[in-house]
Amino acid sequence: MGQITLQGVQKSFGPVHIIKGADLDIADGSFVVFVGPSGCGKTTLLRLIAGLEDVSGGKILIDGKNVVDTPPAKRGLSMVFQSYALYPHMSVRGNIGFGLKMAGLAKDEINRKVEAAAATLNLTPYLDRKPRELSGGQRQRVAIGRAIVREPKAFLFDEPLSNLDAALRVQMRIEVTRLQKQLGTTAIYVTHDQVEAMTMADKIVVLNGGKIEQYGSPLELYERPDNLFVAGFIGSPKMNLVTGDPAKQHGASTIGVRPEHLKIERDGAGGWQGTIAVAEHLGSDTFLYVDAGALGMLTARYIGELSLHAGDRVSLVPDPARIHRFDEAGNALRG
Amino acid sequence: MATRQTQLLARSLLTPAVGLLFIWMIVPLALTIYFSTLHYSLLDPGSESFVGLENFRYFLTDPAFLASLQNTLVLVGSVLALTILLGIPLALLMDQPVIGRNFVRLMVIAPFFVMPTVSALVWKNLLMHPVSGLFAWLASLFGLTPIDWFNDVPLFAVILIVTWQWLPFATLILLTALQSLDEEQKEAAEMDGASAVSTFIYITLPHLARPITVVILIETIFLLTVFAEIFVTTGGGPGLQTTNIAFLIYSQALIQFDVGSASAGGLVAVAIANVVAFFLVRIVGRNLEA
Repeated sequence: MGQITLQGVQKSFGPVHIIKGADLDIADGSFVVFVGPSGCGKTTLLRLIAGLEDVSGGKILIDGKNVVDTPPAKRGLSMVFQSYALYPHMSVRGNIGFGLKMAGLAKDEINRKVEAAAATLNLTPYLDRKPRELSGGQRQRVAIGRAIVREPKAFLFDEPLSNLDAALRVQMRIEVTRLQKQLGTTAIYVTHDQVEAMTMADKIVVLNGGKIEQYGSPLELYERPDNLFVAGFIGSPKMNLVTGDPAKQHGASTIGVRPEHLKIERDGAGGWQGTIAVAEHLGSDTFLYVDAGALGMLTARYIGELSLHAGDRVSLVPDPARIHRFDEAGNALRG
Repeated sequence: MATRQTQLLARSLLTPAVGLLFIWMIVPLALTIYFSTLHYSLLDPGSESFVGLENFRYFLTDPAFLASLQNTLVLVGSVLALTILLGIPLALLMDQPVIGRNFVRLMVIAPFFVMPTVSALVWKNLLMHPVSGLFAWLASLFGLTPIDWFNDVPLFAVILIVTWQWLPFATLILLTALQSLDEEQKEAAEMDGASAVSTFIYITLPHLARPITVVILIETIFLLTVFAEIFVTTGGGPGLQTTNIAFLIYSQALIQFDVGSASAGGLVAVAIANVVAFFLVRIVGRNLEA
């Protein structure tokens, strides 16, 4: 079991409020990603759940039990750190088994569990090596092994893939997701990379300035962002936000259209007129950055190849069903 | 960098310094070797004659030699043990965030900057003096008989003084090492359920293995040649109780004016230093391998 509930959790360092009251329900077995720009408090929130920081207010319930006064080890959680934080003088076996040794398990039981964890992570040939003799991806797997061997109620991941190169990151992303589904253990994962968030999460928590902006499944966030921040943060390239007359026509202060929901027309008369400033041809996609005068820079995405180039005039027609409307405070207008 | 010109340039620029250092070392060494084979007493000038290895036989069979060798090893070993055993907890304390930490650190380093002669005088006359010393006064406060340090426990007194001088060095090296310990490692250990003691044993202490090695190697080099503290406080006595090899050589040369025998003793000391270094590197040196 690993059901985690936050009730009005606050954290301040002196006069600085990092977390301004977070309420959250994380269901058992779900994969929840905290995402947000740097300094939004996502890592702090994770450390509060882990118990590495003390809360300034509010409650953290794990399986219904308030744990704010429980030391980290007693919360039954395990954590994968950004730097992996492997113990450099211990072998892989020692690293993975350290938590079990501290828990006072018998030697052969530790060995059995460590070897099972190592087999799951394809680490068996490396069990007697030191961390410095391993590659980045292998160290990452040792850190994960150290987390799973204790059979925790939940895994906490603190930007675990940020030190890996791009190709390995994609591979580990899939491995972590698959492992989590296989074990069925609740996971909380912190990242600043919204692609990681979208691809791995069952549910995403978007944080900004110490506040939870929205909590929902990836597609909910993509299709129905609650506010301008979430609209701009989720999705790549970013949603086009347009103010002024075109917004007023829709009875809103700001409207947003995703690049993939702009229809690109050559020499069209309707829609938003502009000149292509930069055209990116990826083969699978074409991204156009269009200077639309008073409307600012707009981004349009075309699936497949489109032979348009910088300097060409285009008109962009938004899909009326896919226009997001926001009021002056930046909150979504629906219905 | 490694073109032929840069290599040539590097060598020709290094040559004067290396050459000077070489001469600086080789001339005294050659003269010492030469003197060690002579009957050469300052009390009997003009009578220098070649005696072969007689000086070595004389020095090595002198009962004072074995006593001073033992004193040297006891002194080095005790000071090493004390500076490390006290240095680790001190470094751990100084690693804690407290008000005025920088000032405390400065104060702890201070003894290292006091000249050995001065600190020996301070310990001898202000602290350990059986009549007017601070320790005697403290003992009399509790109605105890003051200890006459330099008569009752002379070697221990010297060990205390030298330890006081070298403790800051050990503390400082260990402190910098503690500060380079990854915070996330300690947190990982905390998540793994390690207590403060277990974290110290399994995380902190292995991390300190290398700086401890550095402390042992560097301190050994200097502790083998402790002289000023002995000269100022006990003069090697009472009897031979605080005579180490360095002091024995001094007494051969400048108390008994026997240059030949002192030179032989100097070469023996070089040999001993090498033997000690060899064993040290065998025992603790592997910690230095990256």
